[in-house]
Amino acid sequence: MEVLRIATSGSVDDGKSTLIGRLLYDTNSIPQDKMEALHAASKRKGLDFTDLSLLTDGLVAEREQGITIDVAHIYFSTPTRKYIIADTPGHVEYTRNMVTGASNAQVSLILIDARKGIVEQTYRHFFIASLLRIPYLVVCVNKMDLVEYSEARFNQIVEEFQQLLQNASFKAQDVAFIPVSSLYGENVASANGAIDWYKGPTLLDYLEGVQFDHADSVHPARFPIQSVIRPRTTEYHDFRGFAGKVASGHFSVGDEVISLPSGQKSRIKTIEQFEKQLETAHARESVVITLEDEIDSSRGNMLVKTNEQPKQLKEISAQICWMDAQPLTAGKTYLLQHGVNRVKAKVQQINYVIDVTSYQQTTGKTTMGLNDIGKITLKTASPVLADPYSVNPANGAFILIDEFNNTTVAVGFVE
Amino acid sequence: MTNQINWEFPQALEDEAIYILRETAAQFEKPVLLFSGGKDSITLVRLAQKAFYPGKIPFPLLHVDTGHNFPETIQFRDWLVNSLGLDIIVRNVQDSIDQGKVQEETGKYASRNALQTVTLLDAIEEGKFDACIGGARRDEEKARAKERIFSVRDEFGQWNAKMQRPELFDILNGKINIGENVRVFPISNWTELDVWNYIRREKLEIPSIYFAHEREIIERDGLYWPYSEFLNTTADEVPYRQKVRFRTVGDMTCTAAVISDADKLEDIIAEIMEAKISERGARIDDKRSEAAMEKRKQAGYF
Repeated sequence: MEVLRIATSGSVDDGKSTLIGRLLYDTNSIPQDKMEALHAASKRKGLDFTDLSLLTDGLVAEREQGITIDVAHIYFSTPTRKYIIADTPGHVEYTRNMVTGASNAQVSLILIDARKGIVEQTYRHFFIASLLRIPYLVVCVNKMDLVEYSEARFNQIVEEFQQLLQNASFKAQDVAFIPVSSLYGENVASANGAIDWYKGPTLLDYLEGVQFDHADSVHPARFPIQSVIRPRTTEYHDFRGFAGKVASGHFSVGDEVISLPSGQKSRIKTIEQFEKQLETAHARESVVITLEDEIDSSRGNMLVKTNEQPKQLKEISAQICWMDAQPLTAGKTYLLQHGVNRVKAKVQQINYVIDVTSYQQTTGKTTMGLNDIGKITLKTASPVLADPYSVNPANGAFILIDEFNNTTVAVGFVE
Repeated sequence: MTNQINWEFPQALEDEAIYILRETAAQFEKPVLLFSGGKDSITLVRLAQKAFYPGKIPFPLLHVDTGHNFPETIQFRDWLVNSLGLDIIVRNVQDSIDQGKVQEETGKYASRNALQTVTLLDAIEEGKFDACIGGARRDEEKARAKERIFSVRDEFGQWNAKMQRPELFDILNGKINIGENVRVFPISNWTELDVWNYIRREKLEIPSIYFAHEREIIERDGLYWPYSEFLNTTADEVPYRQKVRFRTVGDMTCTAAVISDADKLEDIIAEIMEAKISERGARIDDKRSEAAMEKRKQAGYF
């Protein structure tokens, strides 16, 4: 069974929580006791309806203020798929949480209030979906019941959105538009006839039909080594295997590989998954690889195929999203973590900071503040084996860590 | 529409969990696996076995024994540790009580559930453990749904929900300051059904109390409580024998039973699919208030 990851975002008022609540409700994913707890909690708050947002706003501070602060993870499944929704806040001050929630998503779900049309948050959400190159984008025009299910209004919003798409940095995104009423469940899990002019799929049908990226063959093979397994027991006295998760592409027994950065070559002897021996390891599979020759490789090194080597970058140009209250300062040194490899990196220059609504670039900045998105140049102490994010996303992202307080301060996308 | 049963375990979840366990072993000096004897920690042991095979699991297990555990859980723990050759550290809540660090609760709802946090934090400090691997899942409870995979705790074991580090892609930042430790949750993205399907696929042994059996119970607040010497009962709470099983395994004083005939894994899974009540609906410790879990997490609970 496949796992489909969806990122949603929005404010309290656009009906996002109701939409998610509706998806869960219509797929029988809310147990009775949770539903009863929701009724009771809504009553205590003096509401005369069941506030489904209480289901996802898990923290006391969130329930008090009626806002989503942090990413919540919501799970449901259908007979064919398991779904993970990363539900993120939409306010500008939580942009970093939106990026966090979107980082693992295959589908980005944008909600638009049919009465209001495209608003500032729509721009930001779309910008992030584009920056992260999320393959599928589904735009739900919600609250159709409040515009009398008007086809003209829907078409108007679709047209406005098309304008946005023209600015997009990521052109290959698959974009769909669905008119819904989450309050009445129209076009969420089923079509109940109120929007008869719409012939497309319901939201759930759309999600069920999303194709998974099995194009392992189009991405270069990358195997970052997490650790070396050397049991030194009588039974496995000479065993020496490299443990890791295939980041992209695939590896087969007999493939000629090179260990980077050392440059030593060998061939794959076995691929092991616990007691099983595999012929091929595909992207995202956790395995142990043994080689024909004893070569010197350890954590942070990478096995790749000899004919598709990444560049060994010591100077990196990247788009970043700054995630810390303390601003980024040009000239400062951070730790850069790419996959499982950490190196020191110095910020050479802030090329520009970009406005996510107007796409306007401001140059000449020496600092970047919380939630700023922009382009920087870094110099690293040792080579980073990254691909451009646009070519191979699974090997093209990194984080920056503050050396003094150890917190994660930025996410970057290699250009 | 989803009453059809998914028997298939999503393999991506195992690959993700193994990756997380390997990162934990590589990034920390002294990890420890928090073992409760329940199905989630049994799943963790299996994942750890797979992650480092053919090597040994490179960290010990830690069990905080409240003294109110089901005897079946303890028997199972000892069997598992012996059969897999694992290292285990056991710490007792009774010792914390004897040392005067915690006080036994009184009244009919008395439980040692909250007390175990102190014993746990002492054990972490004593063992100098910098990463504690736990079997918590985000689908269990709404505060857990917000927690990171590498969740940083301060010197007092406290979780600060508003100051969580962003966690991007599968990049895990395990760097911490002196005195801090990290709680690691490799099966964050698994649901209850995923765990059962995994147990089925891997043919894992689990404690017998998960299967239907006859035992003495009492009824209280609409729940079926297992009758034991640890439970303070009132005169009108008369125990009687009933066929039940447990859907989640905690202490005998905070885990309610469900009436069931399911004595095979397949029947249990079918029962869960049809259940109208969530898994933690049978956890009396969660019912203390709407924010019961968040409060316990802030105090250093799992």
